[in-house]
Amino acid sequence: MIGIEHYLVVGAILFVLGVLGIFLNRKNVIVILMAVELILLAVNINLVAFSAFMDDLVGQVFAMMVLTVAAAEAAIGLAILVIYYRGRGTIAVDDVNRMKG
Amino acid sequence: MIQAIAFYLFAGIVIASAVMVIMSRNPVHSVLWLILAFFNAAGLMVLVGAEFIAMLLVIVYVGAVAVLFLFVVMMLDIDFAAMRAGFIKNFPLGIAVAVILLAELVLGLGAYQAGGLKLGTPDGLASERANVSNIEAIGALLYGRYIVLFEIAGIILLVAMIGAIVLTHREPKPGARGRQDIGKQISRRPEEATVMKSPEYGQGVEL
Repeated sequence: MIGIEHYLVVGAILFVLGVLGIFLNRKNVIVILMAVELILLAVNINLVAFSAFMDDLVGQVFAMMVLTVAAAEAAIGLAILVIYYRGRGTIAVDDVNRMKG
Repeated sequence: MIQAIAFYLFAGIVIASAVMVIMSRNPVHSVLWLILAFFNAAGLMVLVGAEFIAMLLVIVYVGAVAVLFLFVVMMLDIDFAAMRAGFIKNFPLGIAVAVILLAELVLGLGAYQAGGLKLGTPDGLASERANVSNIEAIGALLYGRYIVLFEIAGIILLVAMIGAIVLTHREPKPGARGRQDIGKQISRRPEEATVMKSPEYGQGVEL
């Protein structure tokens, strides 16, 4: 029988894969943003699992909030990426030293 | 039994496609694997009875976020081979951090399973939920007790939308052809736009 632990394990593995993705693709901002989306998906899976197995709907309301923030973050992040590319012609993030305060 | 099979199918595909997202050489493939991961995560949520969040995941993530990623990846002309230069170099550190993180999470899970964590009690909304559908119950909660949260979500989306537009909006060169100066257009008055003249026969008009 599938219990909450199964869902938590899936969430944990997804979260770790997201963090690993940030480490592995340090140069490619697009993949870093996708890794952040994976992390947020893991958080959502955890929230929904707790909400369902503890019979408390508030977790799903909060999962919707996380979803909203994730969508907003993706939109802003990609907009920043587009203007960065327009100015530099590249999106390599390891030499972002142009933004000197 | 069928629930277990479905769970392991969805969970396996989610994890496999998450691995492919971070390992794929081509970011376009990464986005497509991400879409697969989202679909299967939605499947996991349907299994547990959270239909509304599952559909939201499909609509918002697959329909909007992933398509946005796809647009940006295809719009920017980038040498992705050069982007992977540090991949091997960062691998040991990344794996080390990932293993430590996973160990900590497993530790937390073990503590939860052993009953070492008190998670609080349900707030009695479950009894309300017994005879209505998931989406109805969430709607009642969202438009009732959590209306402020809902409004804040709307504001966040509005700010994100305006921010993205302001960031990427490019002011065209002044004097470029086809430019429309709306302020100038609507502040134009008949008196200054037209002029009455009654020229003599056979003579032109000087304006």
